[in-house]
Amino acid sequence: MTAEHEFGIIRDSLDHCVKCTICESACPVAAVTPLFPGPKYVGPQAERFRGAGPSVDASLDYCSSCGICTLACPQGVHVAEINSQARAVMKNQKGMPLRDQIISRTPVQGRLGTPVAPLANFALSNRFARLMIEKVVGVHRDAAVPKFAGHTFQRWARRHAAPAAAGTKQVVYFHGCSTNYFEPGLGRMTVAVLEHNGFRVVVPPQGCCGLPLQSNGIFDAARGYVRQLVSHLVPYARQGDVIVATSTSCGLMLKREAIEILGVQDEDLRTVSTQTYDICEFLADLHAAGELKTDFRPVPLTVTYHAPCQQQGHNMGKPALDLLDLIPELKVIELDRACCGIAGTYGLKREKYDIAMQVGSGLFDDIRAAQPDQAVCDSETCRWQISHGTGRTSVHPVEVLYRAYGLG
Amino acid sequence: MNDQLSAPAVDVIVLGAGMAGLVAAVRLAEAGLRVTTVAKGYGSLRLSPATIDILGYRPDPVDSPAQALPDFAAAHPEHPYARISPATLAEAVQWLKEHVGTYAYVGDPDTNMLLPTALGVPRPSAVVPETMAAGDLRSAGPLVIAGIGVLKDFHPALVAENLEAATAARGRAVKARPVLLNPPANGQADVGAMALARRFEDAAFRRAVAAELRAAVAGEEAIGLPAVLGLDQARSVWTELQQATGRPVFEIPTPVPPSVPGMRLARALQDRLRRAGGRFVLGAEAAGPELRHSELVGVRIRAAARVTPRTCRWVVLATGGLSAGGIEVDVSGTASERALGLPVHAPGPGEAGFLPGYLSDHPMETAGLRVDSSLRPVGPDGEPVYENVYAAGAVIGGARPWREKSGDGISLSTGYLAAEAILKEAG
Repeated sequence: MTAEHEFGIIRDSLDHCVKCTICESACPVAAVTPLFPGPKYVGPQAERFRGAGPSVDASLDYCSSCGICTLACPQGVHVAEINSQARAVMKNQKGMPLRDQIISRTPVQGRLGTPVAPLANFALSNRFARLMIEKVVGVHRDAAVPKFAGHTFQRWARRHAAPAAAGTKQVVYFHGCSTNYFEPGLGRMTVAVLEHNGFRVVVPPQGCCGLPLQSNGIFDAARGYVRQLVSHLVPYARQGDVIVATSTSCGLMLKREAIEILGVQDEDLRTVSTQTYDICEFLADLHAAGELKTDFRPVPLTVTYHAPCQQQGHNMGKPALDLLDLIPELKVIELDRACCGIAGTYGLKREKYDIAMQVGSGLFDDIRAAQPDQAVCDSETCRWQISHGTGRTSVHPVEVLYRAYGLG
Repeated sequence: MNDQLSAPAVDVIVLGAGMAGLVAAVRLAEAGLRVTTVAKGYGSLRLSPATIDILGYRPDPVDSPAQALPDFAAAHPEHPYARISPATLAEAVQWLKEHVGTYAYVGDPDTNMLLPTALGVPRPSAVVPETMAAGDLRSAGPLVIAGIGVLKDFHPALVAENLEAATAARGRAVKARPVLLNPPANGQADVGAMALARRFEDAAFRRAVAAELRAAVAGEEAIGLPAVLGLDQARSVWTELQQATGRPVFEIPTPVPPSVPGMRLARALQDRLRRAGGRFVLGAEAAGPELRHSELVGVRIRAAARVTPRTCRWVVLATGGLSAGGIEVDVSGTASERALGLPVHAPGPGEAGFLPGYLSDHPMETAGLRVDSSLRPVGPDGEPVYENVYAAGAVIGGARPWREKSGDGISLSTGYLAAEAILKEAG
């Protein structure tokens, strides 16, 4: 089956829509604002009226692309994917805002911000500067933005010498932009956890997967990014190496979205796709096979766990919970909220910030009520949003494992 | 990586998240088993009025399902109810009542109530949300049916007029009159049931509705409203409206999906499942059994980028029937079971599966699995296909739920029994 064929299947799936509106009842955005009439309305319903002419429905832009509608649909309609494709057409017809061009290019931000990290971080935490950025660019003054680390994970990885005990099994680490520029510590912890389990960790040079571009409707540039990333990863995938991702949404881009939303037709992408695992999926599978080290020390903390929307798009359940359950004395509270609101870059935008905060309010309430030591979550933008919304530290599950293994 | 599994990853995989699947999953998880529910999407429970219809017609109207069921089961040996004892049914109903949180249910299998539908038709149902019970037409006094202007799918005049005619024809006329409320709608002309239910959780909106109701209600009337009285706080919304009006208030299920009462029940059960440690995988489809030496050791799950085998000791198959997609009929007229490829009892390709009339007794209506006394799907030889697979809900053939008004009763009792069979084996 070619990817183009599959691209057609995505759109044609709208014929399976029986208007049951289960997607609308699950949509976290439609629940808080009448500006978004719901995934069925702008998706399979409106799609029938979209042709060669100009797009007439601007409400589509209020979809956050969380993807919950597709998961909830009992008929197999690819609601979110249809919406993403239609929005790309619409935004390109209307003209892409400069703001969306800027916030969707993480590597550009990273390369510019890293050498001048103190200055960049100062500007991004300064009220006046943020007000200016809101006025000129359209990024909301209060939206959660990460801090530049000032050095890259790639640089660390090039100098990192694997411990002598590292085994012969090889695994490839796709760390993503966020780990590279903002959270290199997560990358170091991931390498340590994998090495502790006897893996030799390869960190090939790599760029952005194109997800922020894709979710902003800039498809051509997104295809270019993902193809370039695939060219770095495919030699390993061809020889059967597993590729692990700590950014769950970027991992999903390789597994599914580049094919189903961008329609990239590429055998190399397919090869990479089938070899890509979310880090928690990989480690939980290891445990199921009896191959995960379980020499965990007690971690007498209380943590909440929120599975981000894109994590659920992997259809793998919540392997992070299976892993956290192995840690003695760790109290884990599973949260059951659809979305934190941020949806990548959605909640950064001036006109959508309030909606995003309202979407996340239920999650923030639950976290505040649980009073956890840490709020665990697999996706970086969601962690920043959770910290912003609750004032609590939010960490990737790997960080808890790293601590429980006594590696740091 | 999954070639050398030492032990099954979980005890039970439940396929499907409708009534049958959720009941089985909650019961098993609460008993301490490791349960993962895998669902292609949210089940049709969220589209249902969430009343537990046990047996309404056989085809003559049934007053007491509990009394009618033994004869009914004897007359229909392949019906799922032929596998359900009266004691099991009563236990299952009691279990449900204890597992819906604050969303309380009333009634029992001994008696059918008659509840008004959004078309004003009296509908038999045995166990119903307390928010609907005051609409029971067997005992109701005069009614005022209140519509809400922005909810375009609920027509109080239609309900009232048809109710008067239908109850008169049955020999006990109930007076009913319509009224249309126009609470503040934030400038919106058209609001769906879900959005309206969320609006009812806002105290100011509730007070506005209550004030209009107080002005509209007369004498001893009970007040019928569309079933949109809150989502998570239904009980307190309903209680508050009764207190504010001093009259009994009852909900009437809305005719267009989604169903707010169905959402409440589904969410209550899913919440129980999560709190019992059960896992839930949404948006994933089963792609066949995982076999080792012809024994089922798990289920192949279609996930992002690949099909993943997931191992388990038992499977509860609760994927639904023809309408939900658990059973599929292809263009040649061949029926198949989609998740595990189990043998389906249905008219074959050469036989008439469907008749010309829309409401005809289509032979394909009863398509589904045949099961043994503990609900294991059996082959043509009558023997279980797999020792460790149990079926629950509409995937079991032999019933005509929409004619019998038996769907939720079948799903509840078979989900409950499937869990029981597994718990017995687990010891």
